Amino acid sequence: MTAPARTTVPAARGPMAEAWDIFRRSPSAMLGLLLLGLVILMTFAGPFLYQVDPFEIVWAPLTPPGEEATIPLGTDNLGRDILAGLIEGGSATLAVGFAAAAITMLIGVVIGAYAGFYGGIVDDMLMRVTEFFQVLPPLLFAMVVVTLFQPTLVNVALAIGIVSWPQTARLTRSEFRRIRTLEYVSAMRAIGAGDGNIIWRVILPNALPPLIVSATLTIGMAILFEAGLSFLGLSDPNVMSWGLMIGSGREYLLDAWWVVTLPGAMIFLTVLGVSLVGDGLNDAFNPRMRER
Amino acid sequence: MVTEPVLDIRNLKVDFATRRGVAHVLDDVSFSVAPGELLAIVGESGCGKSMTALSILGLIPSPPGKVVGGSILFQGRDLTRLRQSELRRIRGGDIAMIFQEPMTSLNPVFTCGEQIAEAVRLHQKASPKAAFARAVEMLRAVGIPEPELRARAYPHQLSGGMRQRVMIAMALSCEPKLLIADEPTTALDVTVQAQIFGLLDELRQQTGTAIVLITHDMGAVAEMADKVAVMYAGRIIERGPADAVLDNPGHPYTRGLLASIPRVDADPDADLPEIPGIVPALTDLGRGCAFAPRCALAVDACLAAQPRHVAMSGDHSAACIQLESGEVSA
Repeated sequence: MTAPARTTVPAARGPMAEAWDIFRRSPSAMLGLLLLGLVILMTFAGPFLYQVDPFEIVWAPLTPPGEEATIPLGTDNLGRDILAGLIEGGSATLAVGFAAAAITMLIGVVIGAYAGFYGGIVDDMLMRVTEFFQVLPPLLFAMVVVTLFQPTLVNVALAIGIVSWPQTARLTRSEFRRIRTLEYVSAMRAIGAGDGNIIWRVILPNALPPLIVSATLTIGMAILFEAGLSFLGLSDPNVMSWGLMIGSGREYLLDAWWVVTLPGAMIFLTVLGVSLVGDGLNDAFNPRMRER
Repeated sequence: MVTEPVLDIRNLKVDFATRRGVAHVLDDVSFSVAPGELLAIVGESGCGKSMTALSILGLIPSPPGKVVGGSILFQGRDLTRLRQSELRRIRGGDIAMIFQEPMTSLNPVFTCGEQIAEAVRLHQKASPKAAFARAVEMLRAVGIPEPELRARAYPHQLSGGMRQRVMIAMALSCEPKLLIADEPTTALDVTVQAQIFGLLDELRQQTGTAIVLITHDMGAVAEMADKVAVMYAGRIIERGPADAVLDNPGHPYTRGLLASIPRVDADPDADLPEIPGIVPALTDLGRGCAFAPRCALAVDACLAAQPRHVAMSGDHSAACIQLESGEVSA
């Protein structure tokens, strides 16, 4: 290749645009995005295309998939339409997953940022609180929270968020401790920036890559958590979710595999998609992947 | 001095609490800079040059650092007594600083223009658009070609010299009265070094900004500096007008520094003179002259007491016992 004398600056490309370039070239990451996209599409577009109430008894109980043309995925032990359940349950599962991840990030990033930035006694106090939450057995604690209060979706998301934030806080703290000693932070200080400005506008954008990866993985974890709680009958009984379907169908596993397996497969595919996206983001933000 | 000094540091003392005891990082440091004047602070690594710069801005890491005495008068106000919120207004507004490492001093996730605009908006009421326009204007002022394009470039897309120009643009964006340049060219190529020094000198003459230049580069000192302060182990051991200090150094350490500059007219096969030993740890300084252990001319009396500053001519003074006894070996 003959390189002509370059007189202009290369087109300005932000770190995010570069990360997307790397992400795009990874087949597994794109597969993850595709899976996640399909699941989201199904839960959003599904209710318009397939208008069946998932709680309504539509046919004989435990009808296998394919036996009845109007009920492509069969019925459960009460004669309810499985496909309708999968569509409706997806939105509850995803909503709880994303909401729990958002709560986790909010608490974790704020606490981690202050602990890592200020250090000293602030750090000590915040980290003791973090450790207190970290030593609680997560599933047990979430169960207690949900049983004490109403088992609504909001409470389930809150419970998952409360047990998951310590990891995020520790990650944020270590990133802040690393970045706050870098020269561009001193330079911003020397130019007159205050603490708040430095925390949120200088350090946080630089700490974002690992936090985005962690948030993605938290979504997957929260979905599994929600499924676990529903399976134990601790989630909202009035809202169809994949975990609820597995929980109520577990006794029929040997006679009617589809009742449990189909929602289980949906959880599997969703969490797989989220994890692949998380791995892809991890690679995309890894500076070593940039030099090839 | 005809004009009122913009910065007047008097007997500044800064201590650091370390595990091995209290280190007197700055001990009785005094100097002043007038508007448009360039003061060079020279000395080896670890002698307190950067600490002096950081203490002016109130950026000494504390703890362990602490100003234990003296005053830093900036336009008549003592910076050591100001609250953080007041200091913040002065930082970047009235006093700006540029750092050694242009490669790491810019935030990698924002464009150069955004960062300069941010600095502008910290001190002036300006719309984002106006601040960005100001950033482009500043980039042009520091000699960056195609400033509109470079303003949209990320730091990693620019060379070291370019980035240092961006740093200078950022520092000067709020028209500071005083610019502190902490070894601004150490990380740059020799040809670029000369350009940056030239730029600083030009901007000083245009804007009347006083500059405190911290450097190892005696060549730059000879060319640009009005005044020189030589630091050793947290003290200023010699100070005065640049010509006087360079032509007639009073302290053996200053002479050593000047002798260790390579010269074109020297015998090419001869070893470059060096000062033996290293800067002592600041926690175990004795009562006497800190340079005595490395000094070829040291006598017993050097270790007994700290030498006073002795005036050599006008504003030129040095702290060496030989001058006290009047045995100036010039």
